[in-house]
Amino acid sequence: MPHVLLVEDDTSVRDGMELVLRRHGHVVDAVATGEEGLTLLSRPRGGGIEIAVVDLMLPGIDGFEVCRRIRARSQLPIIMLTSRGDDLDVVSGLEAGADDYVVKPITGRVLEARIRAALRRAGPAARTDSDDFAGLVIDRAGLTVTKHDAPVPLPPTELRLLLELSAAPGRVFSREQLLELVWEHDFLGDSRLVDAAVGRLRAKLEDVPAKPRYIQTVRGFGYRFGPL
Amino acid sequence: MTRATRTSPGDSTTPEPAAKTGGRRAASARVRLPRIGGLRGRLIVTVVVVALISAVTATALAYRESREAVLKRAQSAAVDDFRNSVERLSPELDVPADPRSLARFADEVSSGLRGSLVVARYREITAVSAPSADRTRLTPALRAAVRSHSRVSIQRVEQGGQPWLALGAPVGLDAPARHGSAARPSGVEVYAVVSLAEEERDTAELVRSVQGGLVPVVLLSAVLALLAARTALRPVRRLARATRRLATGELTIRVEEKGRDELAELAHTFNETAGALEHSVGELREQEALARRFVADVSHELRTPLAAMTMVSSVLEEDADQLTPDTAHAARTVSAETAKLARLVDDLIEISRFDARAVALTVHELDLAEAVRATLAARGWSDRVEADLPPGIRARADRRRLDVIVANLVGNALRHGAPPVTLTVRAAEDWLTVAVADHGPGLAPETARHVFDRFYKADSARARSEGSGLGMAIALENARLHGGTIEIAPPAPGVGAVFTLRLPLRTDSAS
Repeated sequence: MPHVLLVEDDTSVRDGMELVLRRHGHVVDAVATGEEGLTLLSRPRGGGIEIAVVDLMLPGIDGFEVCRRIRARSQLPIIMLTSRGDDLDVVSGLEAGADDYVVKPITGRVLEARIRAALRRAGPAARTDSDDFAGLVIDRAGLTVTKHDAPVPLPPTELRLLLELSAAPGRVFSREQLLELVWEHDFLGDSRLVDAAVGRLRAKLEDVPAKPRYIQTVRGFGYRFGPL
Repeated sequence: MTRATRTSPGDSTTPEPAAKTGGRRAASARVRLPRIGGLRGRLIVTVVVVALISAVTATALAYRESREAVLKRAQSAAVDDFRNSVERLSPELDVPADPRSLARFADEVSSGLRGSLVVARYREITAVSAPSADRTRLTPALRAAVRSHSRVSIQRVEQGGQPWLALGAPVGLDAPARHGSAARPSGVEVYAVVSLAEEERDTAELVRSVQGGLVPVVLLSAVLALLAARTALRPVRRLARATRRLATGELTIRVEEKGRDELAELAHTFNETAGALEHSVGELREQEALARRFVADVSHELRTPLAAMTMVSSVLEEDADQLTPDTAHAARTVSAETAKLARLVDDLIEISRFDARAVALTVHELDLAEAVRATLAARGWSDRVEADLPPGIRARADRRRLDVIVANLVGNALRHGAPPVTLTVRAAEDWLTVAVADHGPGLAPETARHVFDRFYKADSARARSEGSGLGMAIALENARLHGGTIEIAPPAPGVGAVFTLRLPLRTDSAS
């Protein structure tokens, strides 16, 4: 019974989404403002909420800000709901730390698929061992990442991306491959998801994000982990 | 004049330096070689011709008058000399004369007339001062005049291109051959032929000096014409240049209104026209922008209710099986129409983004075969399209936009054409082609012309087809954004419609 926080200001859309999500077996906390959503999340253990679906255009603080504030203190998967879908909005949303974005209008089936994909990323990965890459320790069993013994908190999408890349150091993954592996889209995704997630990962892992060591760009092809 | 060098409204009256020097160079070239057909050439020719005509007319009149005056003076001098000589010598003449005295008389008259030819006659006797002289200059008319008049008769004769003055008078016996006096005729007639060549030379000299003066007059008039042409043509040329720039869309262009002449009036009219044009074009653009914004705003506003409807209608559709047949039909219809409406709104927003030029390419290196295969697979078309996808073709393009183009071309072929639908990817030099062909009846020329128009429906009976009516327009915009095109092959027997997408293999990421 995944527990979903839905932040959407339009009553009809909120009701419709709540209806659909409930039918798919979710527990739904539906609120109209970002402030209310953040209040719910500030309950002990986040009130049991496992994923947030946040509209971009909100009264009061907007979706970007909600996203940033959630990211500041938790690894909760976030799906951004945008009625605009302009490139700038999508990129800003992803840079604020969203794991995915969906453009309204959206069918219940697609929303359900995106939620499940985002939740899967937060689940356990296949391998159950621990790797040490020059001070960067990735514990595949405990799903923790530490760098020089300091924990690096990563939201599920970034963790999943790091797990996939580091599972085969030196191998080049195309953006499309990473979309399939990490976001599990069975439809054509947007490679900007990958670029934005890589950018955020670098900001947390690399000593000099502009000169990455761990996650390197292979121009014209994609990304690879290492060689260190 | 490119848009990049457009001048601001403030200094639009003065052309930019490049145009100025260019214009001056062209003008100086035209100064050296005036075109006869041009306004400048015509003006110069006219002025020079007018100057020539007036100079020649004045010269001709002056020549005629002065020649007449010179000849008259020479004539009266000759008449005086002749009469004086004859009067002085006639008393010494014996009448009836014999040839010897007649000859002496002629000689003496001749010497009084600076050696002119003198002929004296008495009945059948003729005496000549110079025996070899030609006497044909003494015409019968003159002889008749001498016989009938007692005074000196004169006649001007032209012979051998030389002017001569022929004089003749009867010699009186005791009284002088004075005008009007009734002297007793002696029967002796005396004639003289005086050359006027010297006088002719003098007047010819006058003509020559005038001819010499004509050259500077013509040159001066040409120079004056040039100056006049310059003052008249410079504003005209400036106006022509401004008109050209106005035609290229530089609506802020204005020309200088100098002076109060017709050219200044023309410049004023030009400026007024340009101002009116700028105003109305500005209004049109504003209206267009408003209309576009309206479409974009409406589309965005539609999204929120559509989002709710899409959500709810999917619930309805899922439960349709448990409803009564009528309600189930209604539920499915609402669901299908909502999906259609959602697609239409999506396409409208996409189009309005193109109209607002708010689209950017996100360019990645991609494998064409893989990208096209993904497009077909994502829409469940893999089994319905015969795809010829050579491996190893890589291009830099926007994956999402390429997907939109290919999906629209293939979707169009599947909807409106007849199977089999074939898709062929090829790369040659710097270009990539994706040809989508079906085996239907092909496109009528009228349809082919409008197939990229928004909301164009080839078949009015199919007015509400699956597509939004914007798909092909969006596909073409996306192709253009990449610097490419979509071409329609001319109709050929045995082949249906063939749409070919041509894209550069390497697209810059700039939008």
